[in-house]
Amino acid sequence: MQLLTGIALGSIYALLALGLCLIFGMLNVVNFAHGAFFMVGAFMGIYFLGITGNFWFSLVLTPIVTGCLGLVTERFLVRPLYGRGIDYPLLLTFGLSYVLIEAMRVLFGIEGLPSVTPDGLKGTMNVGIGYFPKYRLFLIAATAVIILGVWFFIQKTRYGLIIKAGAADQEIVKVLGVDIAKVWLLVFGLGCAIAGLSGVLASPTRSVNPEMGIPILAESFVVTVVGGMGSPVGAVIAGLLVGVVYSMTSLFFPDLAELSIFILMAVVLLIRPQGLFGKAGAMG
Amino acid sequence: MNSFFQMVARHRVLASTLFLMIFPFIMPYEALAINILVFGLFAMGFNLLFGYMGLLSFGHAAFLGIGSYLTGISIVHYSLPWGTAILVGVIGAAIGGLIVGFLAIRTRGIYFSMVTLALGQIVFYIFYKAESLTGGENGLRGVRVDSFNIFGIPVDFLNPLVKYYIILFFVVIAIWFISRILSSPLGAVMEAIRENEKRAAACGFDVARTKLLVFVLSAAICGLAGSLRALHLSIVPIDSLHYLQSGQAVIMSILGGMGTFFGPFIGAAVMLYLEDIVTTFTRHWMAVIGLVFMFFVLFFPKGIWGTILDRLYVKQDTKK
Repeated sequence: MQLLTGIALGSIYALLALGLCLIFGMLNVVNFAHGAFFMVGAFMGIYFLGITGNFWFSLVLTPIVTGCLGLVTERFLVRPLYGRGIDYPLLLTFGLSYVLIEAMRVLFGIEGLPSVTPDGLKGTMNVGIGYFPKYRLFLIAATAVIILGVWFFIQKTRYGLIIKAGAADQEIVKVLGVDIAKVWLLVFGLGCAIAGLSGVLASPTRSVNPEMGIPILAESFVVTVVGGMGSPVGAVIAGLLVGVVYSMTSLFFPDLAELSIFILMAVVLLIRPQGLFGKAGAMG
Repeated sequence: MNSFFQMVARHRVLASTLFLMIFPFIMPYEALAINILVFGLFAMGFNLLFGYMGLLSFGHAAFLGIGSYLTGISIVHYSLPWGTAILVGVIGAAIGGLIVGFLAIRTRGIYFSMVTLALGQIVFYIFYKAESLTGGENGLRGVRVDSFNIFGIPVDFLNPLVKYYIILFFVVIAIWFISRILSSPLGAVMEAIRENEKRAAACGFDVARTKLLVFVLSAAICGLAGSLRALHLSIVPIDSLHYLQSGQAVIMSILGGMGTFFGPFIGAAVMLYLEDIVTTFTRHWMAVIGLVFMFFVLFFPKGIWGTILDRLYVKQDTKK
């Protein structure tokens, strides 16, 4: 039972880390505002749910909004910083996270919003070994669909091929006549859309407030470090692992729950500094 | 004008001491001046690692917090004299820096930022959970130092101006220490590592050991800033350990000019002064700070002091 809770939690981590990983693998940019986009997603999700009364609607609208925010961010804020070293985009998105947090405070107040579980997904369901909240099952299914979708997009489509090629060698892709700037723009937007989507999906399971993105950012960094940066497979598996470790420790040693995943990271760093699925020497 | 700047650069410890002596009279009130003093020192300690060695840590609030809490706990729970309490804070932060640094320097670049952020979060949770010692969410209260004697002369610590000069005494010692580090061979190795790690290693320097040493020194300085802050506020808020506090050190260094001696102090002064003004108009000062910060990252990455220095050097070059 606790294992399922862990997987539900872990699927959110996996989704977030996947978004981070997508942007990093392609653009070599760590999006420090990723947690903030997640938070904006949660707010937008509840807002759209309030207006339309339809959860599916907010599930579609929110990633569009955060995705567009991501597009604007890349085009006007991150793009001028390419070639100025790896720290500058990181610093810029860090500043952006301040602005996004305050923007949500201005729009929705400092207390945050009450989280809402959509009607059809309330209550529990018998899963054979016991009763489990329906929403968490939905969460696991939804993230599985999204992750498979992203995997399919990257592995099987023409666009995915360009993205993979661009991550490997941008010069060659440029020579082949692909507008790499446009690809970067779209990848950044896609990453932010996924962050927003995970925000909507997570919103019924946690309290929605402007600061909610901060701990989750630290936790998704743990996931990326454990999984090995730039490895989408690592991101997904490490995400699930971190979720399971968290919920298992909160069952047996509740006081250590928050610490457990950081201890996991410390252990991984000692044994394999490049992460479970990272290549050696890829840590530059 | 140029010779003035050159003189300031040559006698940077003396110059900053003289300036900081008159500083409380320029500021609207002494508490703000003390705040700038404390956070200026915090940013300087951070800048040692970031500006001079190129390691961007996002977990430096941990050391500010460890310094604050250990000093506070020494006074509240063990009734240690304040001088010893500061020492406990600084040593504690240095030990924290040794542990965090040992793990973090195994990674490079962006990973370093991520790992320091995550490890900073661990320290946050440890102090948050140890409620009987730290007061948990409410913070540690009652870190009171009212008055004491220095060589038999009674000193009233509650007088803000007196408090400013006592804290300044410690800050000046730290500034002198930082200046010594930077002009020593260690300082040269630090800059060599920042410019090209592989080349520094090829020159025969032990890169990992230098990184760890500077990490510990930087943590100790930030710990001193935390200790002084606990004495100044007479409480230790849990915010001291928060990730946004680590971010403040980053913002201050960038605003003032990373990798410059005076930059972090100028950054701290500008940011805290700006915060002071903006909060009288709106409570959303974080948005203003965020926008100003983004503006600097985009257009003035060298910060205020760094840009001034650049202009000066350009002028000098054209003269030649």
